[in-house]
Amino acid sequence: MNSGTEHTVKAFDSDINELRGMVAEIGGRSEQAIAKAMRALENSDLDLAAEVVREDKLIDDLEKRIDELTFQTIALRAPMADDLRELIATFKISGVVERIGDYAKNIAKRVPLVTQTHRLRPISLLPSMSKIASELVRDSLDAFARRDAELAMEVNRRDQIVDDFYNSIFRAVITHMIENPKDIGEAAHLLFIAKNLERIGDHATNVAEMVYFAATGEPMPERTRGENPTTPIDDETSDGTD
Amino acid sequence: MNEDQKILEPSESVTMTDSAPTGITNESGTPKMTARNVDVFYGDKQAINDVSIDVNMDAVTAFIGPSGCGKSTFLRCMNRMNDTIPIARVTGEIKLEGEDIYASRMDVVQLRARVGMVFQKPNPFPKSIYDNIAYGPRIHGLATGKEDLDEIVESSLQRAGLWGEVKDRLQDSGTALSGGQQQRLCIARAIAVDPEVILMDEPCSALDPIATAKIEELIHELRGKYAIVIVTHNMQQAARVSQKTAFFHLGTLVEYGETTDIFTNPREEKTRDYITGRYG
Repeated sequence: MNSGTEHTVKAFDSDINELRGMVAEIGGRSEQAIAKAMRALENSDLDLAAEVVREDKLIDDLEKRIDELTFQTIALRAPMADDLRELIATFKISGVVERIGDYAKNIAKRVPLVTQTHRLRPISLLPSMSKIASELVRDSLDAFARRDAELAMEVNRRDQIVDDFYNSIFRAVITHMIENPKDIGEAAHLLFIAKNLERIGDHATNVAEMVYFAATGEPMPERTRGENPTTPIDDETSDGTD
Repeated sequence: MNEDQKILEPSESVTMTDSAPTGITNESGTPKMTARNVDVFYGDKQAINDVSIDVNMDAVTAFIGPSGCGKSTFLRCMNRMNDTIPIARVTGEIKLEGEDIYASRMDVVQLRARVGMVFQKPNPFPKSIYDNIAYGPRIHGLATGKEDLDEIVESSLQRAGLWGEVKDRLQDSGTALSGGQQQRLCIARAIAVDPEVILMDEPCSALDPIATAKIEELIHELRGKYAIVIVTHNMQQAARVSQKTAFFHLGTLVEYGETTDIFTNPREEKTRDYITGRYG
């Protein structure tokens, strides 16, 4: 969307560039948090899990800084057109990405509670699911950095894969619970982890929708999704985070 | 209209190429004023190049663009103010209610009563507040007697939001008022002759923010009663007061559309560069 020409008021460009840098940073940190939380889960690494929880503070702080500078820039520079769209998108994206960080933190918090993971077969699907969810986060933020509406659409389409993973895991975990009632506690945690990853994918599509709007000035066309996730409760609030 | 003078819908964009059509109409209602293929020359220099535009009653229309883009020149064509400049030459067609305002039978004095104008600097006559308003109705014979004239003066000042501030001192000089009050006096003066169109050429550029806000509120209230066209350098002002915005650049109408579209998602790169502060 930005054709590269600079604003006559250079300070405006420097505000926008600073914001873009911070969005890239918060995105990078969230991606890393997902990766670390999953590694901690796979290796039962409690130290690494604790690190993810600790580092979430950095993501929260970044969100605050992004919001402050966006607010200030809108107030002082009275942006128009694509500048306005970008700043509104930045404001919303920072909130969404912070939430993605929270989901990663929530996964990390469950690591100490899931010690018998090797006995639970559905766990084997989680790394692949998290890899795709993480890619969606990365690609949605790359799309923001490049003003790439096409890539944003692509992210939106690929979220279906994450949903499909979730549906598979859901069915497998329920089956496991029925067969092994003593594992229900841990299995429930695994289900929440899968749900967190599914929500991360949804949030990546939210970012993608904002990128699309910022780049084109139009709302992203509705996703033609296949089957909806077949969970009994699939509303936005039952996401198992705290 | 000739068949080759295609008029675009507002959703379409105007391109700067020679072959493309260069005007856009409003989509709703019968336009109050229409301009088709207007060129303006100052001597050899062309100031306006093939501008076509419709102005409606139901929307305030803002003309924006960098200095020298021709927006004021074009505004002045709309009530033949350019007639006062000997080297200015206007071609093309401008109609008020379907009537060619450049036709030889057009009475220019009458035209300027129907198409009033408010200027950048408030220019009240060095007369009383009352006489500033009463002058137009008197020369146009709009009042039947003193009582009638009093009523016109009061209602004009009321509409311009000035009555409460001046009703006890109507015999004071108009020039003794503050800048903002003077500008509202000039608007009241334009209203007094019951115009159909009011042209405003940067009406707030000499005013402080509070006086500006009062004028903007006034424009908002007058919308619908008169067709209003405002030229402004202040893009925030255009965004605040208008429903339609026309962007001029180098004498050409680049883009004309809904104000919300122009300021959130302009179609033309030149418009975008200007309104986002990337111009020049």
